[in-house]
Amino acid sequence: MNHRHKNRQIAARLGLYAFLLAAGAFFLMPLYVMLVTSLKPAEEIRQGAMLALPHAPTLDAFAEAWGSACTGLDCRGISPGFVNSLVILVPSVVLSILLGAINGYALAQWRFPGADKLAAAITVGVFIPVQVVMLPMVKIFAFVGLQGSLISIVTVHVVFSLPFMALLFRNFFASIPDELTRAALVDGAGFWSIFFWIMLPMSTNVLLVALVLQFTHIWNDYLLGLIFAGRDWKPMTVQLNNIVNVAEGEVRYNVNMAATLLTAIPPLIVYFLSGKYFVRGVTAGATKG
Amino acid sequence: MSRLFRRYGAAWMALSPSVLAAAVCFYGCIAWMVYISFTRSKLVPRYDWAGWVQYERLMDDERWHVAMGNLLVFGGALIVFTLALGFLLAIFLDQRIRIEGFLRTVYMYPLAMSFVVTGLAWQWILNPDFGVQKIVRDLGFPNFEFNWLGSERMSIFAILLAAVWHGSGLVMAILLAGLRNIDSDIWKATRVDGIPTWRVYLHIVVPMLLPVITTCVVLQALGALRAYDIVVAMTGGGPGFSSDLPGKFVIDYAGERANLGLAAAAAVEMLLTLVLLLVPSWIVKFRQNRAGTA
Repeated sequence: MNHRHKNRQIAARLGLYAFLLAAGAFFLMPLYVMLVTSLKPAEEIRQGAMLALPHAPTLDAFAEAWGSACTGLDCRGISPGFVNSLVILVPSVVLSILLGAINGYALAQWRFPGADKLAAAITVGVFIPVQVVMLPMVKIFAFVGLQGSLISIVTVHVVFSLPFMALLFRNFFASIPDELTRAALVDGAGFWSIFFWIMLPMSTNVLLVALVLQFTHIWNDYLLGLIFAGRDWKPMTVQLNNIVNVAEGEVRYNVNMAATLLTAIPPLIVYFLSGKYFVRGVTAGATKG
Repeated sequence: MSRLFRRYGAAWMALSPSVLAAAVCFYGCIAWMVYISFTRSKLVPRYDWAGWVQYERLMDDERWHVAMGNLLVFGGALIVFTLALGFLLAIFLDQRIRIEGFLRTVYMYPLAMSFVVTGLAWQWILNPDFGVQKIVRDLGFPNFEFNWLGSERMSIFAILLAAVWHGSGLVMAILLAGLRNIDSDIWKATRVDGIPTWRVYLHIVVPMLLPVITTCVVLQALGALRAYDIVVAMTGGGPGFSSDLPGKFVIDYAGERANLGLAAAAAVEMLLTLVLLLVPSWIVKFRQNRAGTA
């Protein structure tokens, strides 16, 4: 009896691991396929063994994807998109985190009459799909002559990030006892000095969570970049889709997959370096919101 | 008032840019969209009132029906599959697995990839000439058919597959955190009573996790409602408009099809769908909170 029980336990354990590993293979497969495809020369792809390792691995597809793949008449590869994405990313991330932190601090530590209602009114924005408010925003930017500029795409990123950033920081600052603020007030500190000298130094963790979240989120955006960045500031995701889906002539699968991987690499690096913060970020809304 | 201002003036000043942005960009823009949906605006907005014309047109529009039907199927299936897979993974990972950290990293990395990347990768995997269909045929099943991308009936399920791959890790992480919050005494108590494990999960753990499960449902439903990039990258809405979704319909009609009025009406219906989705979930949360404090 005891023996049979033990055998059953071992079998259950094996089944458990088999399921978990099979799931792992399912999740890893697209990354593997992208990688081996991007390393194959064109004729190897035509032979058609998608899952096979490359016989003669080469980085040619990466070089072409980076520097000479075409969308229409533009044959500069995906590198201009990489630069655009970086230029959009830095101010968008910094401004959205800074504004989110200030808002969260003002709403959580300065509990003026109506602060909760105001917080609710801002955080409702978390749920609003871009599609519902995008058109009038385009009109507004066109009206002030900024549609399609760097300013418009950065502004839009900051505005759409604001509700969640405010929520994230408000939850964090609400966990800090307000005796601290009160004591500082008695000592003659003001709104901004408390923020910069007391609150921010305590916020390293939540700042990192916000940083990782905003980096991946803004880098991975497609829709806002498509609508608001215009011709000059197309982010990498938009250029990637153009290279793969709009290209004419013979389809270059290895170049397509190399371009896809190149676009995926920056946020993946951030993810692998910052696992804990990333997980906290993506689950933050769920566990507290 | 001045006493309040002296005390909170700086906080108000600090908040005012964001409040202004939220008021204009969210509330103001929604109001504008609602108004435009009652006009005959085409390429440029017009402001003379036209009543329900656009909504009537939307009701007769076959493409809109396909998009809404797809939202129902895609959204419903996305919720079911991500929750089923995410919950299984969370429960299994919670059994003192040695390589838990590694597996968690693997299950969640798709979340760090954009929907464009996700869509393009799966478009390649599902490519009938090189991908799954070809692989299985080469294994000795020459009549094997698996061409979802080229089939009007199945194209939305191709997108579903990619979306499940992308989103299950999030459900897993949220539910795993929920499982770890459950008091371990419950497990000891039920073991003493000899209650089978699956019954503990079904009758004790699931009810306790109801608030987090609700959150997962809402997150996935929101994802389906917002979906645009993944459709563009994978199928472009095709073949025909068989894999269209409301989030793509609005953008196509506002942009290349230059029909602002119809796009606005579609956007308003998206918004109504959102409200229909959020109100029940808030009721669930509210009741849970009350039950928690009572």
